Amino acid sequence: MARLDSMTPALRKHYVDMACPKFDASPWVVGPPLARRKVALISTAGLHRRDDRPFALRAADYRLIPEDTPAADLVMSHMSTNYDRTGFQQDWNVVFPLDRLREMCASGDIGSLARHHYSFMGATDVLALEPQARDLARIMREEGADAALLVPV
Amino acid sequence: MGALGHYLEREGVATTQISLIRLHTERIAPPRALWVPFELGRPLGPPGNPVFQTRVLRAALGLLERPEGPVLEDFPDDEPTGAAPDVPLACPVRFAADAADAEDELLRAFRAEVDGLRNWYDEAVWRRRRTTADATGLTPEAVADFIAGFARGGEPDNPLPDVSLGAALKMASEDLKAYYNESITAQPGGTTDPVRLEDWFWGETVAARVLNEIRKHCQGRAGREYRMLGNALLVPRRQLHRFDRVQEES
Repeated sequence: MARLDSMTPALRKHYVDMACPKFDASPWVVGPPLARRKVALISTAGLHRRDDRPFALRAADYRLIPEDTPAADLVMSHMSTNYDRTGFQQDWNVVFPLDRLREMCASGDIGSLARHHYSFMGATDVLALEPQARDLARIMREEGADAALLVPV
Repeated sequence: MGALGHYLEREGVATTQISLIRLHTERIAPPRALWVPFELGRPLGPPGNPVFQTRVLRAALGLLERPEGPVLEDFPDDEPTGAAPDVPLACPVRFAADAADAEDELLRAFRAEVDGLRNWYDEAVWRRRRTTADATGLTPEAVADFIAGFARGGEPDNPLPDVSLGAALKMASEDLKAYYNESITAQPGGTTDPVRLEDWFWGETVAARVLNEIRKHCQGRAGREYRMLGNALLVPRRQLHRFDRVQEES
């Protein structure tokens, strides 16, 4: 489990000592009810289409995952070896819940899905993500996506 | 992940996220986060459980309707584990620990193990209509040959023209583990429990010994990529104790 108190002391220390960026401001964007929102999925699992470029070690860039991407086309090239991949291997929804979001869209829980979803590779310099995220936000606004669901591994 | 929430929200896109390490999310304080008590790598919980996955999603997306923030909420339930299977996870090859120094013997056993899992890999691909064990684009046998080249202490030719040799080794090692895990989880009575699967691979398979041999070779090589591979990218932090213990005993 990802509970710190169930980890070995060495592993717990690793996560406790890990540096986290500090943010002075607390941005807060309001929007319509969930049933009217257009949702984009953003993973940090190092996911990409099979024929797309794998992530380089420590890469901070992102890959596009079009809404109609089938599960069979998605692979993972994250550099870390310290998390479980067997869940994703058996069911992509464990990491990239696009089937579940499609169902929630069909049932009216959410308004619609964005045409594009995205993946970063989480083992990178957090500060290097900032310009990438700015670029991504511009694209999402352009596309009318007004909610991002961020899913780590 | 939390930093991305800040960056996107600052640019006008509302975000909600799943959190796996609560302490980090507390420190970063992104706009909206749902902490889940699941294994790292399983943000939506167990595979093949759409009802549970949807519950997690509803909880995470529901935070978008909160009037103010930042908000960090806890998902109330642990990942359902299901019944423990009666059948122990098995490998097609038994390999004596005291033969670990015999390189040829190790690599013969490794190849026999890879070949022995092939039926179950094919079954897994057929049943799931997908595989994640070919991010390199290589067959499992070609992945095994490439890996074996490193285990001999050499630098095999890079089969992936677009990435460095070190990155190709990393990708191949993940393809190899995916091949083993996709195969073993396709066997009758197989488990989906992440800790059991990890302990099986690192505790029971010849492939794990081969990857550990490569880890040691990488530690002895010059260059940043080899250092990263030797220190962190081939064997999980929480599995290193197995090999350290074996080395101490021998």
